[in-house]
Amino acid sequence: MKLYLKIWRQKNTSTKGQMVDYTLDGVESDMSFLEMLDILNEELISKGEEPVEFDHDCREGICGTCSLQINGRPHGPDSMITVCQLHMRSFNDGDEIVIEPWRAKAFPVVKDLIVDRTAFDRIQQAGGYISVNTSGRPVDANAIPIEKDMADKSFNAATCIGCGACVAACKNASAMLFTSAKVSQFALLPQGRVEAAERVENMVRQMDLEGFGNCTNTGACEVECPKGISLENIARMNREYLSASIKG
Amino acid sequence: MGVLDSREPQGPLADKWTKHKNEIDLVNPANKRNIDIIVVGTGLAGGSAAATLAELGYNVKTFCYQDSPRRAHSIAAQGGVNAAKNYQGDGDSVYRLFYDTIKGGDYRSRESNVYRLAEVSTNIIDQCVAQGVPFAREYGGLLDNRSFGGVLVSRTFYAKGQTGQQLLLGAYAAMNRQIQRGKIKSYTRHEMLDLVLVDGKARGIIARDLVSGEIERHSAHAVVLATGGYGNLFFLSTYCMGANVMAAWKAHKKGAFFANPCFTQIHPTCIPVSGDHQSKLTLMSESLRNDGRIWVPKRLEDAQAIREGKLKPTQLGEEERDYYLERRYPAFGNLVPRDVASRAAKERCDAGFGVNKTGEAVYLDFSAAIMRYGKEKALTSGMKDVDDDTIRDLGEKIVEEKYGNLFQMYEKIVDQNPYKTPMMIYPAVHYTMGGLWVDYNLQTTIPGCYAAGEANFSDHGANRLGASALMQGLADGYFVLPYTIGDYLSDDIRTGAIPIDSLEFDAAEKNVKDRLEKLMSGTGIHSVDYYHKKLGKIMWNKCGMSRNAKELKEAIKEIAELRKDFWENVKIPGSPNGKNQELEKAGRVADFLELGELFAKDALERNESCGGHFREEYQTPEGEALRDDENFKFVSAWEYMGEPSDAKLHKEDLVYENIKVKTRSYK
Repeated sequence: MKLYLKIWRQKNTSTKGQMVDYTLDGVESDMSFLEMLDILNEELISKGEEPVEFDHDCREGICGTCSLQINGRPHGPDSMITVCQLHMRSFNDGDEIVIEPWRAKAFPVVKDLIVDRTAFDRIQQAGGYISVNTSGRPVDANAIPIEKDMADKSFNAATCIGCGACVAACKNASAMLFTSAKVSQFALLPQGRVEAAERVENMVRQMDLEGFGNCTNTGACEVECPKGISLENIARMNREYLSASIKG
Repeated sequence: MGVLDSREPQGPLADKWTKHKNEIDLVNPANKRNIDIIVVGTGLAGGSAAATLAELGYNVKTFCYQDSPRRAHSIAAQGGVNAAKNYQGDGDSVYRLFYDTIKGGDYRSRESNVYRLAEVSTNIIDQCVAQGVPFAREYGGLLDNRSFGGVLVSRTFYAKGQTGQQLLLGAYAAMNRQIQRGKIKSYTRHEMLDLVLVDGKARGIIARDLVSGEIERHSAHAVVLATGGYGNLFFLSTYCMGANVMAAWKAHKKGAFFANPCFTQIHPTCIPVSGDHQSKLTLMSESLRNDGRIWVPKRLEDAQAIREGKLKPTQLGEEERDYYLERRYPAFGNLVPRDVASRAAKERCDAGFGVNKTGEAVYLDFSAAIMRYGKEKALTSGMKDVDDDTIRDLGEKIVEEKYGNLFQMYEKIVDQNPYKTPMMIYPAVHYTMGGLWVDYNLQTTIPGCYAAGEANFSDHGANRLGASALMQGLADGYFVLPYTIGDYLSDDIRTGAIPIDSLEFDAAEKNVKDRLEKLMSGTGIHSVDYYHKKLGKIMWNKCGMSRNAKELKEAIKEIAELRKDFWENVKIPGSPNGKNQELEKAGRVADFLELGELFAKDALERNESCGGHFREEYQTPEGEALRDDENFKFVSAWEYMGEPSDAKLHKEDLVYENIKVKTRSYK
């Protein structure tokens, strides 16, 4: 099939970017979206032009590196997948496809379609861990029994891949879904309870410092999340935060 | 022992590690503050090592090419992590885990290292649970286990099909704690381009900031390479796109021996190749073999009809299917080790029984498991006289609980519903057992340069059992390296900070800059991917699942020619003074073009079949691998002497004092 692509090109963080039109022929339906871009890049290189840079790595939907806004939607038209799992069978011959980087103040553009998501790392560093020594001798794993239901809920929160689609989908560029997933994972486990209050306060503070917006319960983040992270986590984080603030 | 001193402790196997820990030198906590360590790579091995070293008090700098340490490809490991906990009471023990691992590795791993791995495996689970890794639980709240290929006990701990993700996030969280405390400085989007030696010791690295393009100097008292495997030299593999051999290869060129490069694991359960545009292959967890039955049609005409789309697999009855693994290996059935399952699939497809368009796929079928689980559920729920459709619905729900994300992934890629029609699978390159040669302390042949996880060679032999790579990464990082590195660093407590303005750093930086300039100066005609794909084809066709002397010799010649062509004709647009993904790829492919030749040379040298290395000249009349313990019970460790063809072979003889070396049989 033949596609008409509109792609955001930007040299680096400090220069202005613009949309550029490309026409690409010979796209097959069982190619992944990223393989389609690989082919475009091969064409550009052969013409002596600079290829379009985009972030990607595992190409099996788990590393969270790929991050394209496709026709206005994070990770494209299908639900519950990342861009690397999106296949061209979701498009038709003659389609126009608009490809942009994540748009958020806290995610500055590095180049073309690549953004800087280190703000997510800093939120994690503010408390997204359990303070246990890794060189010590912890208690036997089965000495901490955990109710299956709670373990499953914690696991579901922990499956967040940190891709940033939630931020890109949100009209306020809020990072609440991401942060709440991490807060929830630990809040639901007995190991994480001890420092839960401190954790939620520190992580929320860092999230605000990074320039992410507020949550207005629109729910776009949940809709666009490739891993189906639930809004319940935001509610849980708010409860955790409130109770931490009251305890002061 | 000469240059290859494995430094294995003497004494009874079970006491070696304890004895060694008691005898090696320690660094006083106050002195650790004066010692710097560089860790390259932040996957399971690097992330856990960095966290633990920082926690012990050393100053750690970590480097990864990804935008965050959390994205290392360990995150994609699906099935699980082994530990000899014997929570299931099915007869497991440290010795049994050790034995299975040695046997699975086809008796080409180092006995003392593997025993230590089995020994610390139980600590890994305790550690990860303490960190909040949400492993699967039973209703009683205790940890759940499952079994994996090549073993007869359930010792694999898992978190659905995302175990690697959860373990990596655990290590990453531990790293974050140390970053927050200021004990780790994390350099992301950075790539190590050279190792710097001062007085013969590893004292730092030259790195490129992949965003600014700047070349940086970083010094340390020791350098840990935890940079994963080199399977991407095949182009198509289950590795992430950025996986490379650069750091390990640069260390090799500076004097670190490269061990067993030809030992590469081909994983049996991957989604088959669909066309020439394909950029990578996706693994379907081996845990699926617990419940999936592998088959091809019995009759050639049925296979052909399926390939032509005239027949559906569900239309073939039990008696028309060849469950070839169950037929050939009744004791282990579908759970034979990876190399055995992979070769058996290739054998059937080569004989014309393949089931996808290209004839390179077999079926992995869940219908029997779905019905079995469905019946059990109906019985336990007190449902009587239920029809088959209801049973199937119940069964599908149970299978979804166990493998839901894998089934979803398959459906997204192939556009077929694996609950209704059998999955198609084919072997693909998945893991490299070869790597930098290390001694018992995980030190390479360069003093002060260590290698951990998949980047080293020691624990997996010629083949690797499922769920053992995660175990090794974390064992090296959390429990081995932090102890053993102290032995070396105890001599450095008075050294002080290593200056970066020395002649050695000057020379290394100049080398790096010259090479980048040389890459950029090409007025060539072909893209980097053009060369990578060509190399991949040579590797897969001539050094892949089966090899022979004639083709290996051809491969050696072809790779050398391709390398020459690359340096003359590669075309890299843009500039080195900023983000440039083509330049990044070019540097990596340039290394693969050297390693590939050494790989083929190593395969040619090893006149036996062993684990993932199958030489067609050496097989039993039934087509099984024929090992030659008399002549090849050694590690081949290659010393760099210029061109890969000049590499010099050193041998570390493998001594098995505690187990009897036997022919591997899974019948």
